[in-house]
Amino acid sequence: MAKSLTQEFTKGLWAEIPPFRLVLGLCPVLGVTTTMENGIGMGLATTFVLLGSNLIVSLLRKVIPAKVRIACFIIIIATFVIAVELLMQAFAYVLFLKLGVFIPLIVVNCIVLGRAEAFASKNGVVASIADGLGIGLGFTLSLSALGAVREILGTGTFFGIELFGASFQPFTFMVQAPGAFMALGLMLCGMNLVGSK
Amino acid sequence: MGYIELIIGCIFVNNIVLAQFLGQCPFMGTSKKMETAVGMSMAVIFVLVMAGVITWLTYHFVLVPFSLVYLRTIAFILVIASLVQFVEMFLKKSIPGLYAGLGIFLPLITTNCAVMGACIFNVDKEYNFLQALVSSFGYAVGFGLALILFAGVRERILLARVPKPLQDTSIALVTAGVLSLTFFAFRGMV
Repeated sequence: MAKSLTQEFTKGLWAEIPPFRLVLGLCPVLGVTTTMENGIGMGLATTFVLLGSNLIVSLLRKVIPAKVRIACFIIIIATFVIAVELLMQAFAYVLFLKLGVFIPLIVVNCIVLGRAEAFASKNGVVASIADGLGIGLGFTLSLSALGAVREILGTGTFFGIELFGASFQPFTFMVQAPGAFMALGLMLCGMNLVGSK
Repeated sequence: MGYIELIIGCIFVNNIVLAQFLGQCPFMGTSKKMETAVGMSMAVIFVLVMAGVITWLTYHFVLVPFSLVYLRTIAFILVIASLVQFVEMFLKKSIPGLYAGLGIFLPLITTNCAVMGACIFNVDKEYNFLQALVSSFGYAVGFGLALILFAGVRERILLARVPKPLQDTSIALVTAGVLSLTFFAFRGMV
């Protein structure tokens, strides 16, 4: 392995940051980012699943037969998703209700399955943990950035705190469905602009 | 709620791609060419209707009686994965023409969250069997409609001169936003 652990970790934060560089797992990105709080919650839930599934998959990578590996990965991921669901119901019920269908849908999030297939099934345990943590935090970062933009423009608040005073007319478009697509598209455009220089 | 309203609601008002944000990966991934978009739409309509019915039956006749509702996520994904596998084998054997047409899109459906999401909605909204069947069909048609419309638009974008940083995914997302805006107009209907 030529890459160091730090590189495995940091590549998730810029070079391969989902969903901007890897255009995967868009559904929760668009669906839950109406506020920054939702974005962070969703990001952390995904990070937990990603970390757990990367860990178990890399531990079992020599045991799982190649032919049925995808099915095995899905079962491992689903186990962690159920754990997240139950944990959130116990400790963060309000957030769980807000994120709704998107928590069980982590199971079909392409990022999680993609990392299991492309990384954890070929690399050692420590590298897989670093990879899972990096990609997970990168995902959290993008979700909260998008959530922050949409929350500030769409409702004029940041973490639920009023920013602009009573005379501010919220740009409601941003918190509705079309605004999600546009905000993400324009942010991607901005990243391309910065990255190309 | 009447069935007509239910189906219109599922296709237009609560369009699974443009209003509920599910199934984005295939929506972005297979919309570059009209042919692949049509293939994917057909595969989704086929599988989603069956998955909707089977997961509904699984939930109400297996999970609820044995109070295993907390295993819903894993049960649904297993049902969908094995259904896709089964459909693939069945089509390969008996309708090879359709199998060749659907090609790679069939296995990809396992990780299409539109399928999983629609199944969860059916159960969450406590639909009866017929409602679940109708709404699964509606969601699937809505997915196909959005995908085919979007593929048509993207084929035209290929001919246009797009500024460099906006190219590819970026402009696709902005376009999807405009498409979503048009579907937004259906909101008052049901």
